[in-house]
Amino acid sequence: MEKQTPSTMDIVNRGLARRYRKEKQFKLLGLSAIIASLMFLVFLFGSIVANGWTAFRQGAIYLDITFDEQALQVENLRNANYGKLIKTSMAELFPDVSGRSQTRRLNKLVSSGAAFELQDMVLSDPGLIGTTKLVRLPVDDEVDMLLKGHISRDVPESERRISDEQIAWVDQLVEAGRLQLEFNTTFFTAGDSREPELSGIKGAIMGSMFTLLVTLALSFPIGVAAAVYLEEFAPSNKWTDFIEVNINNLAAVPSIVFGLLGLAVFLNFFGLPRSAPLVGGLVLTLMTLPTIIIASRASLKSVPPSIREAALGVGASKMQAITHHVLPLAMPGMMTGTIIGMAQALGETAPLLMIGMVAFIVDVPGSFTDPSTVLPVQIYLWADSPERAFVERTSAAIMVLLTFLICMNGVAVFLRKKFERRW
Amino acid sequence: MLKKGLIFGAVSLLAVSAVNTSSAAGGRDYISIVGSSTVYPFATTVAEQFGKTTKFKTPKIESTGSGGGMKLFCAGVGVESPDITNASRRIKSSEFKKCQDNGVKDIVEIKIGYDGIVVANSKKAEQLKLSRKDLFLALAKDVPDPKGGEKVVPNPYKTWKDVNPELPATAIEVLGPPPTSGTRDAFVELAMEGGCKKFDFIKAMKKSDKNAYKGICHTVREDGAYIEAGENDNLIVQKLDANPQSLGIFGFSFLDQNGDKIQGSFVDGQAPTFENIADGKYPVSRPLYFYVKKAHVGVIPGIAEFLAEFSSDRTWGEDGYLTEKGLIPAPAEERAKFAADAKGLTPLSM
Repeated sequence: MEKQTPSTMDIVNRGLARRYRKEKQFKLLGLSAIIASLMFLVFLFGSIVANGWTAFRQGAIYLDITFDEQALQVENLRNANYGKLIKTSMAELFPDVSGRSQTRRLNKLVSSGAAFELQDMVLSDPGLIGTTKLVRLPVDDEVDMLLKGHISRDVPESERRISDEQIAWVDQLVEAGRLQLEFNTTFFTAGDSREPELSGIKGAIMGSMFTLLVTLALSFPIGVAAAVYLEEFAPSNKWTDFIEVNINNLAAVPSIVFGLLGLAVFLNFFGLPRSAPLVGGLVLTLMTLPTIIIASRASLKSVPPSIREAALGVGASKMQAITHHVLPLAMPGMMTGTIIGMAQALGETAPLLMIGMVAFIVDVPGSFTDPSTVLPVQIYLWADSPERAFVERTSAAIMVLLTFLICMNGVAVFLRKKFERRW
Repeated sequence: MLKKGLIFGAVSLLAVSAVNTSSAAGGRDYISIVGSSTVYPFATTVAEQFGKTTKFKTPKIESTGSGGGMKLFCAGVGVESPDITNASRRIKSSEFKKCQDNGVKDIVEIKIGYDGIVVANSKKAEQLKLSRKDLFLALAKDVPDPKGGEKVVPNPYKTWKDVNPELPATAIEVLGPPPTSGTRDAFVELAMEGGCKKFDFIKAMKKSDKNAYKGICHTVREDGAYIEAGENDNLIVQKLDANPQSLGIFGFSFLDQNGDKIQGSFVDGQAPTFENIADGKYPVSRPLYFYVKKAHVGVIPGIAEFLAEFSSDRTWGEDGYLTEKGLIPAPAEERAKFAADAKGLTPLSM
């Protein structure tokens, strides 16, 4: 018998099915990784949106308010009893309600902030006094939760924070068209509050804005200047290596450490005020600088040396070569790095904890030194509040924060796509 | 060129605002409050009301925890230090001494009311009738030997039935706050130590060996039966709802807000209700305080008025708006005493 040696083709053919199978498995592995992470993402966004979308609508009650001259005592508009106007109006709607405790329960349907809204109305337009007007007022958060179905009517009365009697009143008001869910403007125009129906994120957004402005104004020029020096001018010696290692290390330092540094240096040594966006911005600058320097150096490195050499060859000085040719070409990469650094800074809470920005602040900050908080901190504070209505507001605030982050990252991608040059 | 101008402009703008700051720091026009996260919901409510009804700015309130608040408060006198600190326990003598050493001489102590600590579970499970002794035996790291004798052994109990035959045979699983929390301190002192003292030989130890006594009574087991769930009480409530087997430890206001999902267990035969805590019948309740720096009154605008707002019956009385937020008011005579202290700024002596 002749012993046949298998040809190369045979060996290949024999292994072919196995190799195809392996390849398929490999592909599937990658695909399932993507599917798994997408599913987590969908679950995360899904639960946030499902929890939070109702916060963009808010119960409002329409009452005929008579701005009674006698009740208000025109001489002293600031200390007048505006709550009484609401109580009178509610009593007219429900003439059957009597007794101190029943009246109290009825008046609790309207938010405690409603009286202050009337006060603002009268103070800005004293002409209202003596007239009767249909006024839109916020309702209490318990009523709001009931309208949105977050409080079940089926559970026994003692376990709800709203009684059967109050539910009956609410139903009556809804039927009369005086009580309905409307777009929640308060959420975007108010600062923090302990009453969910009066709370908003404007204070936190302004705080985030001031903080990021400081961060941007400091970290971008410093970061770019450092990157240009290190990349274009620095001699390559031990010192440069040492600095480079340190910058890379700083990028990996936990952010709380920068908060401690900020507390020691900016607050205790320089005596800057606690809770101010200025200090927050300084601390976040320290945190984002390494990110920006590393991204800027990478984009400077990607500019081919021929550009520099050509510029120098036609007689440009080194500075001219850099400012006229290298920097403009590297700019898109630097901006991308900066925006990603800013997005990181926008989501940061830990370092701000140490410098007093985790605080209850009602007034919307108007300058770099007013006490203020930032968006992620607001989310944290609301998540920790006992009132049921803050649950949806927490999710809504997360949605706003995510929108900002997606926009910023979108701009970064756009800049990269638009200005990126391949050599 | 334009870009350079922009950068230069931004930098000089910052420099200008930095200069402004140092002058602004010279006179703060709002009250600065720090301290306990338990008192935070009450203090913020009063602060908001105060900001709306007076011409003063709304006070700024940081939630730093009782201990952290005291540290900031006692750092010194001057606009950069806080005016008021909230505490879910009384000031310690060591803290008082530190205050004195740093020049914070006159401190006014105000008790604002009480807070109950509840042990609760999901409505889907049965309501438990616990005693402080049960809680101690279920949660302590070392317990008296169940076989008898005056010695302690590592906690052998796995289910509630092991601890007390009248309780259900479900595994001991308690979600509670971490050691940094004032709620945990109070729970350990009031509930666990209360149960621990029921054993005579341990009680006798208090006199002979105080450290060993504290070691037994105050140490929570670390074998997984007690789960540190973070400071976020809302999260504990959600976890209880998802897992009817487990119990949770948190402040009364969270039970008050979530009465449709969770129920408080009886402790020593008393249900954690508003009335029982106010009467002092419910054993696991603690007073809440805040402390005012007298040297700042008159320097920072509005402190006296803020104290007046806080100590009015409209605020902390039986029908006051703080009861809406879950505060248990102090008895009338105690309120009268502390309202007088707030008015006369009577300094604390220790």
